[in-house]
Order: sequence, then structure tokens, then C-alpha cells
Amino acid sequence: MAVIEAGRPVPEFSLARFEGDPPFTRQDLRGGTTVLVFYPFAFSPVCTDQLSVYQEVVGDFEARGVTLYGVSCDAVWSQRAFRDKLGVTIEQLSDFEPKGAACRVFGVLHPGGFAQRALVMIGPDGVVRWSHEADSPGDLPGANLIFDALDAT
Amino acid sequence: MRGPAGARLVIVYGDYECPFCAAVDVRLHELELRVAFRHFPVRSSHPRAQAAACAAEAAARQDAFWPFHDALFADQGRLEDPHLWARAERLGLDLARFDADRRSDAVAERVRADFRGGIRAGVATTPTLFVDGERHAGRPDAALWAALRG
Repeated sequence: MAVIEAGRPVPEFSLARFEGDPPFTRQDLRGGTTVLVFYPFAFSPVCTDQLSVYQEVVGDFEARGVTLYGVSCDAVWSQRAFRDKLGVTIEQLSDFEPKGAACRVFGVLHPGGFAQRALVMIGPDGVVRWSHEADSPGDLPGANLIFDALDAT
Repeated sequence: MRGPAGARLVIVYGDYECPFCAAVDVRLHELELRVAFRHFPVRSSHPRAQAAACAAEAAARQDAFWPFHDALFADQGRLEDPHLWARAERLGLDLARFDADRRSDAVAERVRADFRGGIRAGVATTPTLFVDGERHAGRPDAALWAALRG
């Protein structure tokens, strides 16, 4: 399984949001550029997390009309606790039930039942603009990859 | 930048509140290397990292960057303002000037420029080392230490 490629329209998917909001679906991609940041597990032990680094430049993304979301197979409560622990504002989307269904749609479901570390940029038209899959879960993709993709595509 | 002229250059992106950065900094200092330190404070993880980085740059304006840098890494549990002042005092800095500088836009911009440079270079965690143009994220492994020992 490989991450969904640029040029492909995003298929139907559903991800749970915190606090009983309606789920996040393909319709929520309209109107702006979205980057889904897939990560394996909340609370996995790395000193400085990828999302904390992205948080530092979240204003730069906003200025370019880009919204970031963290996506994992953790439950919404775990994601909320993780977000609070990191002190980040990036919204988290949960692929907990049915587990990994959205990750499978995006081609990032690891056989171990968790999301591969990957980035998927989607345009306002719902078409994948760019994607990136890390070589290993420990390989944290820098925010530069997203900025480079914004400049190049 | 410090270390003997002509020695191998290592660029370190780090944060004064990051324990791994402190451990790496000590080990690098023991080796025959030129080390350039660049600030990569991640505020959400390390709330005092930004203030500490600005303090080090303020000390730099009184030619005391490295002594201040070492004093920060030597005692990461004490990074509040009074602790920063105590360090400045111990190093014989002009305190009023130190305090004005560390809060100045110019110093904040200096730290921010390092951070942005790090983002552009693909830094996504601390510490991240650049050796011979190659990026090594996280704590150096045994192979990298062996290479650095030359």
C-alpha cells in the first residue's frame, strides 16, 4: 500500500472530530488547501514532536490559506490529551472506528493497524495536490516539504 | 562557532530546554570539532526555550555567547528570568543591557532567523546535526559518534 498520489480525487472518507462534531469528510476539504498529517500514535516517545514544530509555523500556513490536521487511529480523547500535552492548536482527526478505514483510503494504513507517517495535501477541488510518505515512522518529515510543495505545485 | 580552526564543522540545531540537546552538546564539546549552534526553540514543548535562546543572544552582544550557552545547558531546571539574570551576573555582564537586549526585537529576530533556517533545512526535531552537509535528526547514533571522533 502506498500513499495516495497527486492528481487523484480524494475518495469518500470519514474521520471523527472531538466533542461530537459531525465527522470530517470530503465536503470539509472545500474552500481551502488542506494538509493531512498522518502520524502513527499519540504519545509515541520522541523528544520534540513533529506537530510541535509545525505549530511554530502554523501562522505561515494560515497566511497561505492552508489548514493542517493531525490524523491517527487513536481515539478522540487520546488525541485531545496528546494535543493538550504538546500545547498545539492543530485539530486532530480520529480514524478509530471503523479503525483505519480512512487511512486505508489514503493508502497509509500500516499492517500493524496504525497510520504511516505521511503528508497529503489536497486542493479546494478535492484533488490530491501532493503527498509524501516517510521512509520509516521515526523519520519526521520537516515542514519544509510542505512549503516546497506549495511553491512547486 | 567554536572549536579549533580547520577542524570538522558540525552545525547543531538545538533548544536549551531539550535534555537530549544538552547531552549532545557536552559530548560534542569534548571532541576536536568546530561547532556552530543554531536556535530551534519549540515553544509548545519547551515554554522557556525561546526566552533562553534570546538570553544567549543577548549575552552574545557582550561577547559571552558560549559561556552563557554552557551555563544554560549545565542547569536546564533553572531557566526562569531570575535564573537568567543570575547567570548574567555570574559572567560579569552588564545586567541592564543584557535585560534590554534579550527582550529586543533584534534579538528575537535573530533567534527566529535561526528557526526559519532550520525549517528550510528540514529540521523536524531537536537535536538535529548537520555534518558534511548531511542531516542527522535526533540523538546521534553510535556510527555518527564514531565518524565525529574521526
